[in-house]
Amino acid sequence: MTTTLKVTGYGVRNLVRSRWLLVYTLFFFAAAEGLLRFSADGTKALLSLTSVVLFVVPLVTIVFGTVYVYGAREFTELLLAQPVRRSQLFTGLYLGLAAPLAMALGAGMAIPFAMNGAAHAADAGTLAMLVFAGAALTAVFTALAFLIALRVEDRLRGVGVAIGVWLLFALFYDGLVLLLVALFADHPMEKPVLAMVLANPVDLARALLLLRFDLAALMGYTGAVFQRLLGGSTGSILAGTALGLWVAIPVAIGQRVFRRKDF
Amino acid sequence: MIEITGLDKHFGALHVLRRLDLRIAPARVTAIVGPNGAGKTTLIKSLLGLVRSDAGSIRIKDTVVDGDVSYRAGIGYMPQIVRFPENLSGQELIALLTHLRGSTAPRDEELIEAFALGAHLRKPVRTLSGGTRQKLNAILTFLFQPELLVLDEPTAGLDPLSSSMLKDRILSVRGAGRTVVLTSHIMSELEELADDVAFLVDGRVAYVGTLFDLKHMTSQTNLERAVAAMMRRGMAA
Repeated sequence: MTTTLKVTGYGVRNLVRSRWLLVYTLFFFAAAEGLLRFSADGTKALLSLTSVVLFVVPLVTIVFGTVYVYGAREFTELLLAQPVRRSQLFTGLYLGLAAPLAMALGAGMAIPFAMNGAAHAADAGTLAMLVFAGAALTAVFTALAFLIALRVEDRLRGVGVAIGVWLLFALFYDGLVLLLVALFADHPMEKPVLAMVLANPVDLARALLLLRFDLAALMGYTGAVFQRLLGGSTGSILAGTALGLWVAIPVAIGQRVFRRKDF
Repeated sequence: MIEITGLDKHFGALHVLRRLDLRIAPARVTAIVGPNGAGKTTLIKSLLGLVRSDAGSIRIKDTVVDGDVSYRAGIGYMPQIVRFPENLSGQELIALLTHLRGSTAPRDEELIEAFALGAHLRKPVRTLSGGTRQKLNAILTFLFQPELLVLDEPTAGLDPLSSSMLKDRILSVRGAGRTVVLTSHIMSELEELADDVAFLVDGRVAYVGTLFDLKHMTSQTNLERAVAAMMRRGMAA
């Protein structure tokens, strides 16, 4: 346990001092601050910020994460040569990457809202949900980044796979769902579409957030179906649980791959 | 010190180690040499548990290497190249390894002094030159006074002065009764350091014995010629 925490601590320290993480934090700061200034109210700003988070967080996390894990390869070997268990080391390395990314995102978005103070107090719950969803996406895509970097030996190919995974979940997925719906227009499609939402972490995060805005229909077909079938708290709980599984399963697989790997 | 029996390892279709047997004596410096792809790195990584063998066993002192990790507290491993986390300082890396090893033994800081590295240890690794990083790598290997040192091309990237200091250190820990296993492409260096030579060809030990015997057997006067003669013989066989 303390081994895990130690390794996490050093990962966090290393990243918090990196220029990349600063840029990432400033990006969310600028986006939140800008949207707050130019939007009529905090809710609209948060809605736009949601689109930014759903688009940027998976991309940056999976690409940066994959490159980072490749870069840490030799140091990981040195750590593996110490008297530590592989499972503890994996958890430490994973948290040491996911935690700073999530903190950067949270701090970058929360500070502009805090600076604007009481005017946006009503949006605090939605902001918290946005930070939570962003952190969950960070956790999911960091786990996927570890899986890719551990399984694909060639670095360039690994980064290609990472970008491919992002394209699939963030861009093509909604289109594929729509295509299926159009193809099977004569059949009741709500249940299959719901299942497809559950199979995509980005859609899950979107559903979780849009259920708070009451604007699900505005953002994608899957969001609309999700709200119609599972409005309110049932939907939130289901989406949250599914997102939790999306973290737990890739982490467990990564853990297993890491334990058996030849370095 | 180390007893390897029937060690076998495939990487996919590649048969890297073929039922390799090797005994490494304590308090001596053993050089592992052989042509590229003979399995030197895989053998070293197997000692550390970085690579899991398909068959065979490794016994280090009294422990069989089989998944329990505590035996590694007695090993110092110096990889060929390490890319340390860019934004951490040498001191932070030392603190991390001290914690991971649970080491309370007095530290061997002789190399820090020999390399005059004190001030550099406070700077982030990214500001250090390649040679200084390699010195840091060496320091971390000797720091915890391990009984067994596993060194992969230890002098690569070091200037002649630092390189000779490192070699002095290797000989002095050997003198103190500790065991050293090392690889190098620089034969003159091995000639200076090694007591024993294990010669690997195609995942097997083609020859193991003292440096003196190897030279005698191949009727050569230096190690480079002797190893070349062995390689030629290996190809002919």
